[in-house]
Formats: sequence, C-alpha cells, structure tokens
Amino acid sequence: MSGPCAVIGIGQTHYAAKRDDVSMPGLIREAVLRAREDARLGFEDIDCVVLGKAPDMFEGVPNPELFLADALGAVGKPIFRVHTAGSVGGSTACVAAHLVQAGIHRRVLAVAWEKQSESNAMWALSHKVPFQPPTIAGAGGYFAPIIRAYMARTKAPEHIGWKVAVKDRQNALLNPYAHLQIPDISLEKVQQSPLLWDPVRYLDTCPSSDGACAVVLSSDADGCENPAWVRATAMRSEAMLFAGRDEVNPLAGRQCAQEVYQKAGIQASELDVAEIYVPFSWYEPMWLENLGLFECGWRAVDEGHTLLGGRLPINPSGGVLSSNPIGASGMIRFAEAALQVRGMAGAHQVEGAKLALGHAYGGGSQFFAMWVVGSTPG
Amino acid sequence: MRPVHIAGFAQLPHGLVDNRHDEGGMVRAVTAAALQEAGLGRDDVGFTCSGSSDYIMGRPFSFVMALDGIGAWPPIRESHVEMDGAWALYEAWVRLQHGDVDVALVYCFGKSSLGDVEAIYALQNDPYTIAPLGLDPMTAAALQARQLIARGLLTEREIAETVVNARRNGQSNAEVPAIETRSVEQLLAQPLVRDPLRAHDAARFTDGAAAIVLTVGGGGPRIAGIDHRIDSMNLGVRDLTLCNSARIAAERAGAHNIDAAELYVPYASQEKLLCAAMGLDPGVQINPSGGTLVAETPMVAGLVRIGEAARLIRSGAKRTLAHATAGPCLQQNLVCVLEEAP
Repeated sequence: MSGPCAVIGIGQTHYAAKRDDVSMPGLIREAVLRAREDARLGFEDIDCVVLGKAPDMFEGVPNPELFLADALGAVGKPIFRVHTAGSVGGSTACVAAHLVQAGIHRRVLAVAWEKQSESNAMWALSHKVPFQPPTIAGAGGYFAPIIRAYMARTKAPEHIGWKVAVKDRQNALLNPYAHLQIPDISLEKVQQSPLLWDPVRYLDTCPSSDGACAVVLSSDADGCENPAWVRATAMRSEAMLFAGRDEVNPLAGRQCAQEVYQKAGIQASELDVAEIYVPFSWYEPMWLENLGLFECGWRAVDEGHTLLGGRLPINPSGGVLSSNPIGASGMIRFAEAALQVRGMAGAHQVEGAKLALGHAYGGGSQFFAMWVVGSTPG
Repeated sequence: MRPVHIAGFAQLPHGLVDNRHDEGGMVRAVTAAALQEAGLGRDDVGFTCSGSSDYIMGRPFSFVMALDGIGAWPPIRESHVEMDGAWALYEAWVRLQHGDVDVALVYCFGKSSLGDVEAIYALQNDPYTIAPLGLDPMTAAALQARQLIARGLLTEREIAETVVNARRNGQSNAEVPAIETRSVEQLLAQPLVRDPLRAHDAARFTDGAAAIVLTVGGGGPRIAGIDHRIDSMNLGVRDLTLCNSARIAAERAGAHNIDAAELYVPYASQEKLLCAAMGLDPGVQINPSGGTLVAETPMVAGLVRIGEAARLIRSGAKRTLAHATAGPCLQQNLVCVLEEAP
C-alpha cells in the first residue's frame, strides 16, 4: 500500500562547465554530504541508495554505481541504478519514493549526477552509423523543428523564447549554485547571440554542466521541522517514432500531469510554483500548455505570469537553462520544488509556497517524470 | 506485502550471434510471448520496467529503440534500469506493492556479439586507479579463485566439476546453443588462461532477450522474498573468499528449504562460494538449466535465472532460488526466492 514519504534532506553541488577540482566520487559526495547534513543523518541511517544518470558514455564508465558504492555509503545495502534518458533525475526520485511509499525501506538516499566535462555530450547524444544516418546534430538539432512547429501552430512571436532566456538567467543570479551567471543578460543580448538551430540561439540554450543533486526521503518527518511531503509521483513514456505523433504537445506528458495532479488531489491552478525541464527557452511555453498550467503558454510568458513574483513562477532557480548536468537536471527540478515548499530556497524563494511541481522529460519528448510536493502531508 | 506471482516467462532462444533482431525486434517477440503465456494483453499491463546496458549495445539510449518495440502507445507507465533485468523485476515488484497497479511487464535484452564484453566490464573499474591497469573480470575472478584455493575452500578439480555439471545440464535446455560435454580430466588438460582459470571456466556469452509478466494474485509461482545488496568494488578491502552481499540478500529473501537454485555464475570458480554465502545445502540442485556457464546474455541472464526458477516450481519443486550478479568478483547480488502458489 502507498504510505507517506517526506523529503527531509537536500544537497546540491555548485554547477560549472568543468569541475576539475573534484573526481566523480568527490562531486557526488559534495551533494550527498550536504543532503545528509540537512537531514541530520549519518550514512548508517540510510537503508538504500538509488542512483540516476544519463548515458554512461558521458563519462566513459559503464555502470558507475559499482565503483561509486563506497563513496555513496552503499556497501552492504541495496543500490539501484536508474536510466530513463533526460528524465532520469526525476525518475530516480520517483523510484526512491516508491521504495519508501511501498514500505520497503524507511530512508532512501536518491542521487543523480553528470560530469559532462569527462567527455563530449554532443557526441554521445548523436547516434552513429550504422544505427542511424548521422543527421541529428545533438539535442538542439532534434528539438528545433518541434519548436518551429509550436510557433507555426500557435502563432507565437519570435521574442517569447528570448524572454524566457532572460528570465531564467536573471533568476540564476539569485541562486548561488547556478552555473551561468550573466549579470548583463538582456533581450538584445539573447537576440544577438549566434543562431545555432533555427530558431534556437546560443543564449536560448542550456549549458553543459558538471554537477550532482541528492535528496533524502523518509517515511515520516524524521525530526525535520519543515519536510516537503511527496503528495504524488507519476511516470509516463511513449514510443518515439510513429506517424502522427504530436511531439509538440506529447500525450504522455499530458497524461503524466493529469495523473500526478489527480493522485495529489489537487488542481493545476493550486500550484504555487513549478520547476520544469526547459533545456531550450521555447520549451517553457510548450510545457506550460502540456502540463495544463496555462491554456496559451506563450501569452503567459509574454504577460510575465511566470516571472518570480508572477502568478505562477516557473524555474525560480534559473532552471536547466542556467545549470544542466544532464542526468541530475531532473532531480534538481524535484529538489528545487521541495526547497520551495520547505521555505529554504533563499533569494529565489516564492513567498508562502505550499504546493510545487517538479517535472522532467527525456528522449524525443517521450519520457516524463513528475512529482507534486507540499508543505503538509495533504 | 501484496502477493506477486510470475504469470508468464519467455526468452528468445539465446544464440551466439543474433543477426536477425534489433532491440525492438527482440523485445517485441519476447514480450508478446510472455504476455501470451500469462493469458494477458498489452492493455492489461499497468507498469513496465526494462533492463539493458548502452555499453553492451554499443550506443547511447539503446532502451529508447526497445520501447518502440513494445509499441508504447497509448503512453505507458514505464521505467528503465541500466542493470540486469532481474533488478527491473525488483522495481516492478516494488511498484506492485502500491496497490493501484496489478500487472507488470519486465523485459531485458543484450547482445554480447556487438563487442568485447570482457573489455567493457573492465571499464567498470574505478576509472582513476584500477581501470587504467586493464583489470578484466576474469583476472579479478582468478585472484579470487587463488585465495579460495589457498585457504582450502576450493580445488581446481571442483572448478572443473562445476563446468562438467553445467554442460551436462545444458544438454536438455533447448533455448541455449549446443555445447559439448566434457570430463573433468579433459577440462583439466586444457591450458590455463588466468591461473587457476581456463577458458571454459568463463560463462559463455550469448545474444538474447527475456520477459516476465508479474501479477498480484492469480496463479503461478509466487515471489516469497527478494532482496539485493552490494559490496565494495575495491578488491583490496574485501575478503574475496566471502560474499557478504549475497549472504545478506539470501538471508533477507528467505533462502531456506530450497529444492533447486538457478545461480548467475560468471566464472565456475564462484559457484561453490556463492552456495556457501547463501547457505544452500549440498543437496540443493544447482542450475538445472545449465546456467550462465552455458549461456550468459549480458543484462538478461539474471532475469532468465528467475524465469528458470519459476519453471522449476511449475514442474513440481516447492521452493526455488534465483540469483543475479554484477560487478567484479560477485560485487552486487540479487536473490529471489520463489514458492508454489498457496
């Protein structure tokens, strides 16, 4: 039966293009030790570890959970390795929550990470012959035509993407962990940045980051005065390649959102803040519609509803556009949502936030993971 | 705990080289067969979980193409582990405990023929200290076997006997490639590859896929207990003559009164150690299918052990044990105990 689950510890690393100062275990320990400190627990108090990351080719180590068992304090315990493409950070948190909710373990440590500087993500993301013709120029090349389709479908003006790019970089200035810190960010600066994949410009794009994120989940408040209660989790996937698939507004995303709201017993309109997976600026308005948060995503952006202080702040942390250690990016969304309802988001805190959505997606807009967290068990 | 049963199991006949199927083709065939055995359709499945390895398949996101093979439309509740399918089954078993889903589909696939599996596994080692030395898993297993022999816990003859038994049992398994029987003397006459191991002491790599359908309630072998644990990868801090992770997992899964066991044995020298760690009595029948020494499909062989242990229940055994492993020197171990449906 599905029991309660609380987020009682959260830890993040500083995100950067190259974390040359730490090894892979060192990077992970940075997040894990902060989460442990927040939860006021020792390694001996943790019953199980769930580890998530994107393709192992990003670091060149197959099944790194094996060599990381010591650094994660997992020796003698179960360790579980999740990989669901870009959504993996979110899925990892969901899988860890499942273990607590099912009553298998009392406390589970969930960790997601990527040290992209160890290799070239663009290479690892591009399938090589003979499997596929080498036409896909990484993720940007894949998603740009879908963005174009959204613009054509909704008649969205070109500046919408730039506005999201500016907002998230301004939010990042309030988040000491964020990778990109661009104090002079402006619409003109985004507009004048190089065009990479029409309509995606350099500053419409997420960076390539090293980083890790960890959360400690428990079956009760566990001594924590302000836990974030996991009100619901949901995961949905759909096939990638078939005629007629709506990649702009994927059904799996819509269903996943409806399931997570329904299981949490809330309406989308009750959310105070959302951290959603936006690797290219245009994905904010697209996901706003997919998640049922606004009927017209681009108008919500244009009217400032998603600004910090707006009707529904989106990505007050700066989002994926400001920090993107791919395998961790989903969990950072989930963790930031939890920080908001715990009132611990610092300078990017949404005042009085009680209900928050964490969202991640991956693959060809086909894998979705979400959770709703609240300041009360509900 | 909600009672979870193995309602269907299927494996593609494991071949040394499978040139006929890509990921999607393998997965489509094997999941359809498992659902058919369970008497269920795709629409009945409430949760799907798979296991595979990008490195084994030679490309990132290989599981994405596999998802196309099961026809994930309309969208499904789904997850994937970068592990053997046995761990995917564990995740599905956890998900079935929630109460809102009653049927789960588990599948996994692997093609050893696409690359050099031993070379890939050698890259699993600590990339800063051990991997640059090129320590492959057979070398690590040989170090372990040396320690077992030095402590009087194993003989070269026993290693050979394990291979003899596996090959003899494998003769009646139609789903693995043919393998010749050998006598202990014939085996011991073969040259050493990694002292004290010979080439035939290593599991034989194959290509293949497997799927299991889990149901809450209903008939079929029931999961009596399941657990998994990990040891340190650092061989220097472990007593390699023990296997703590297998011991703990077996204790927690309830490994007692076992009639027969299907063990994931990467090297013949590890079978006796595993049996001792899991507390299996000498009378327990080991690997009636022939086991991994006859056919080891990477990321699949563990789930196949669970499927084979379920088949043993269907053919009259009361309580069976399935085991899966990963990492050098049996670093990570999963134990699943099955029993007759009450």
